[in-house]
Amino acid sequence: MRAIALLLVLLAVPASSTAQESRVPGPEITRGKGDKCVADTAYMRRFHMDVLTHQRDEVVQRGVRVEKFSLRECVACHATRGDDGKPVSINAPGEFCASCHEYAAVTIDCFQCHATKPEQGKQARLPFPMTAAASPESAQ
Amino acid sequence: MSGFDIDRRKFLGAAAAAAGVALAPGVTLYGVGAAARSPDEPASAEVRWGMLIDVGKCASGCNACVTACAEENGLTGHGRQATDAQWIRKVSVKDPGTGAQKNVPVMCQHCAEPPCVDVCPTGASFKRADGIVLVDKHICIGCRYCMIACPYKARSFIHEDLSDQKPYAPRGKGTVESCTFCVHRVDKGETPACVEACADKGGGAMLFGDLADPDSEISRRVATYASQQIRADLGLDPGVRYRNL
Repeated sequence: MRAIALLLVLLAVPASSTAQESRVPGPEITRGKGDKCVADTAYMRRFHMDVLTHQRDEVVQRGVRVEKFSLRECVACHATRGDDGKPVSINAPGEFCASCHEYAAVTIDCFQCHATKPEQGKQARLPFPMTAAASPESAQ
Repeated sequence: MSGFDIDRRKFLGAAAAAAGVALAPGVTLYGVGAAARSPDEPASAEVRWGMLIDVGKCASGCNACVTACAEENGLTGHGRQATDAQWIRKVSVKDPGTGAQKNVPVMCQHCAEPPCVDVCPTGASFKRADGIVLVDKHICIGCRYCMIACPYKARSFIHEDLSDQKPYAPRGKGTVESCTFCVHRVDKGETPACVEACADKGGGAMLFGDLADPDSEISRRVATYASQQIRADLGLDPGVRYRNL
């Protein structure tokens, strides 16, 4: 009994320490604009690849374009600007996509074809209004 | 489109919808002739996008359509005509007997029976429900069979790494591409860039519209004036028709 009680106490100690104390290195993720993404972080982390794969068939083959998971809007929100005010390629090291994908060692080839910077000279916007809560900055 | 036509459509649509409710439980008749497509609806098979080009109005020195297409879709050249991407080009034809010369803008003809779709081994080359023939570059493996099959030489292969693509016109190395009728604009209810440029800066030779709608401008003109398809003998039924060819 005393051994079990001691074991429980020992197990409880690490569980009570917070995530910031974790010794496992994690990715440094640059935040996008606005207060939140179109879906919560846990969902996006797990499902963004499935969303993109399904979404692209809907857009290209069926022409269904109003989806809050538009890749263009992802880039528009998550792209950053350099010191000179010009947009930085979202595919560059340290930027949003690379910050996780370098950590996870998963190569993505989206941006061989897709633009890495939001539309130049125009406000980042979908052709049609976003159905989900849009970040206030991207709607400017 | 005159206001009268839109009102008539809405009336018919409302009448049809009202009639549909009375038909039977669970059976609905949808109204005819909707306005510009809502974005969450898929491309409709009731529409067939096409173009009518009046070659007589196409001036020999003008390349407004070609420039506009390159600008709109982010086409970059390397000065190598044999392998550079080309979505629309002007072909000069001369009648050998009379010496009469014509300039014909040729792009993907968006055939109803596209040979590029027939030969594609992966299904990347496909015809959308509304008649626009596209390459799904997620699936394209770059075999270039469609380039061989196309009688109009509409397709191009991308040989180099690209950067700074237009956000609404993705294009990448190792895939095949061709004129999309500016599908990103058409889905918003606009016309292709070449048509707009020709109307603004060129001779107003190009007309874009819905061939399946008998009331559209293009359908009326095609029904009134003689027009031809290039290589109509192949039986592909292109969506692009030419007048005064």
